[in-house]
Amino acid sequence: MSKKIGVIVFPGSNCDHDAYHAMKHIMNAETKFLWHKDSDLAGIDLLIVPGGFSYGDYLRSGAIARFSPIMNAVQDYVKQGRPVLGICNGFQILLEANLLPGAMLHNEKLRFVCKNVHIRVESTRSPFTGGLEKGQLFNVPVSHGEGNYFIEEDGLKKMEDRDQIAFRYCNEQGEITEESNFNGSVSAIAGITNEDGNVLGMMPHPERAMESILGSTDGIPFFNSMLNELEIA
Amino acid sequence: MYKAKVYITLRKSILDPKGKAAHQALQNLGLKEVNDVRIGKFIEMNIDANSEEKAFELADKACSQLLANEVMEDYSIEIE
Repeated sequence: MSKKIGVIVFPGSNCDHDAYHAMKHIMNAETKFLWHKDSDLAGIDLLIVPGGFSYGDYLRSGAIARFSPIMNAVQDYVKQGRPVLGICNGFQILLEANLLPGAMLHNEKLRFVCKNVHIRVESTRSPFTGGLEKGQLFNVPVSHGEGNYFIEEDGLKKMEDRDQIAFRYCNEQGEITEESNFNGSVSAIAGITNEDGNVLGMMPHPERAMESILGSTDGIPFFNSMLNELEIA
Repeated sequence: MYKAKVYITLRKSILDPKGKAAHQALQNLGLKEVNDVRIGKFIEMNIDANSEEKAFELADKACSQLLANEVMEDYSIEIE
């Protein structure tokens, strides 16, 4: 049976089609949409929680989506050790669902930031980044108002000890500067994994960096590596 | 029937840029006596409960499980 990627659609998701297009038409992986009221994740080999503004970001980004019916199935799916990738609002939802540690504050300068940035691979311990090299750079878009990642100091220490920091924001040279950490995230964090390494949350959008007409194709080697490691494509 | 008033603010250890901006504006307005501003959320809930204690318990559950994110926010509840 061929491997299958599922993309969850919440009311207010708006990168669901980007993720679907990137996986199905560019990575040539079998991909299907999953409605937030679905509860069956059987046969899904990689679950993508896409970006957008689920439930209008009411209360806090991701806070309401956590109570969507599909999220119970997602909790079980994660417990089974199966892989979940959350991008942008998907990352926020996974934080609110306690599937990843920490929380998202408004960007330090309170502005919605939409631009291309560089991220640096910090860890290769999970299958999501296992085929990449530490220090490898990707040019990918960000598009968020609440991406200022926050965790208490001892929580950060635990994550560092367990090698859970997957990506940091950096400049074109791969250096972490005050300017490159445009949203004020603790330790310039752009993406993290859970303790078991089967959940990755990241604010940048590699699925929007798949075609040169859109400014960057760095998403292709990124997903090539990920799908290879996960034995999906 | 009780009314729960919930106040949610960013935890003290976290920079509140909206509060800081408002504070600066108040300084510009000449209100030098205002020395700190925190901006948060105010939520009112009507709760069917048999006692004030029960109403508080329910409001507390609502806060800890949804209304506030304790990783970054503090909350307080008033029941009337």
